[in-house]
Amino acid sequence: MFKRIWSIYYDGLSHLPRWAKIVAVVVAAKLFIMFVVFKLLLMPNYLNKTYATDEEKSNHVLQELITKPKL
Amino acid sequence: MTELTMTSIVEWSRWQFAMTAIYHYMFVPLTLGLSFMLAIMETLWVRTGKTEWLHAEKFWMKLFAINFAIGIATGLILEFQFGSNWSNYSWFVGDIFGAPLAIEGIFAFFMEATFFAVMFFGWNKVSRRFHLASTWLVFIGSNISALWILVANAWMQNPVGMEFNPLTARNEMADFWAVLGSPTAMSKFFHTVTSAYTLSACFVIGVSAWFILKKRNMEFARKSILLASVFGFFSILVTMFTGDTSAQDVTRHQPMKLAAMEGLNRGGEGADFTIIGIPCKDETLPSERMRTVEYGIAVPKMLSFLGYHDFNAYIPGVEDILNGYTSHEGETYPSVEQRMANGRKAIAALGTYKTAVEAGNDTLAAQSLGTLREHFSDFGYGYLESPDEIIPNIPLVFYSFRIMVGLGMLFVLLFALSWWFARKRAFGKFRFMPYFALICIPCAYIASQCGWIVAEVGRQPWVVQDLMPTHVAITDIASGWVMTTFWMFAVLFTLLLVAEIGIMLSQIKKGPKEA
Repeated sequence: MFKRIWSIYYDGLSHLPRWAKIVAVVVAAKLFIMFVVFKLLLMPNYLNKTYATDEEKSNHVLQELITKPKL
Repeated sequence: MTELTMTSIVEWSRWQFAMTAIYHYMFVPLTLGLSFMLAIMETLWVRTGKTEWLHAEKFWMKLFAINFAIGIATGLILEFQFGSNWSNYSWFVGDIFGAPLAIEGIFAFFMEATFFAVMFFGWNKVSRRFHLASTWLVFIGSNISALWILVANAWMQNPVGMEFNPLTARNEMADFWAVLGSPTAMSKFFHTVTSAYTLSACFVIGVSAWFILKKRNMEFARKSILLASVFGFFSILVTMFTGDTSAQDVTRHQPMKLAAMEGLNRGGEGADFTIIGIPCKDETLPSERMRTVEYGIAVPKMLSFLGYHDFNAYIPGVEDILNGYTSHEGETYPSVEQRMANGRKAIAALGTYKTAVEAGNDTLAAQSLGTLREHFSDFGYGYLESPDEIIPNIPLVFYSFRIMVGLGMLFVLLFALSWWFARKRAFGKFRFMPYFALICIPCAYIASQCGWIVAEVGRQPWVVQDLMPTHVAITDIASGWVMTTFWMFAVLFTLLLVAEIGIMLSQIKKGPKEA
């Protein structure tokens, strides 16, 4: 079944009409900007980037909850 | 970190999240509703053999595909923001939020993506019935995706089915079915998806009206209007019904949101429902966040009825909530000052518990854990400095609610008139009708966005109701960084929207293949 679905995708994408090709280019550019520029470069996960273990992450957030200033 | 910088990060992060969510939700509702209408059109074709339904479906499927493809994954930017800007929140909500989103990603999205290929590329490659099943599965998949997202959102509005682990600072799922089946989740899901169906019906009628104005593809347009008007009419009826259940849920779990929606300062039994009015500043009120509704036109006792289906039920106003009250169901809520004191005890107990566990002092740990559990329901109040911080932006919530409801009423009229005129083949005879239908397309998007403003601004200052205020959820990152990414998102999403509208308009101008 998955082979059949793959062939449907493959045939469909190889014979896209012009408007669909434009959409595909827009989608590809969007996904590149989202996953490479935003996710990797600009918006990494703060806790994953800063702390190695779940225990360290817990301790950080606990500290934040206990000491967070009031506005 | 200074207070000014902190406020700036919170405000910029909120603006960034709001802007992203607004853009994201411009793509979502059409996917939810148009997929349903495509499935109905294809079923009509398979059952009757009339090719006009097949051609209609193929035309609307093109617009669906453009919207689906360009909108796909825009919601992931919200998830990126959880990790970068709202890390305390992401950690605190733990697997309560993670589980529904994971199910959404793995199950519903892949189901949607797999059968989307069959639906879009599979003509003449699979049997009619298999194709029809794929079209229905795309509709089911997209709506199940929405279910999981809305379950997660509903939990933030009414946190149930979890237990807070003070060692990990995370909420852990204690009862999956309580999270999934909470009345807040159910009413939110059905209200949101049926309002998306309504928007899609407005879209189909509006685009079809354009063909009628241009005197092109008249029979295709008439058939599309007939189907969409019936579909839209039933959808808006269910939207109204679920709006009623949502109102009851808000009355019970988020009374401040209800008071803000109404601009109600002092409540009471048999509270009136304001149809229209102007919330004005009033120096005599105890807080500058409060408003007095001037020039109001109200229906007597209707708010009590909407809240509890009882014309004489007690509804608390802003002042009642600040000072403490006893609800219609007999539950007593202390004043906000008292809840702030309780919250501070809970926060202090969390700190003591951590120290006691590290020092191996079991007695102190047990004692502080008891205090934390006793006051955990007021945990978030401990971060407030002044009781009136729990009052959301009243004018914004008040007007958004009225715009949403008013436009909803307008759509009832649109669907009834569209059905009547299309049936009589007179849709284009009265010039106002096609223009009315066209104007209803942006109106439907405005109504949808207003609904989200009521839901999300109305629950401020909470990211998790009563447990975590917005400023505690934030990551300590530079506000300049958030500002930069805000403008980058704004440019990206605006370009995507322009691309979507441009490509859609070019395909609409080409029109469908005539039967």
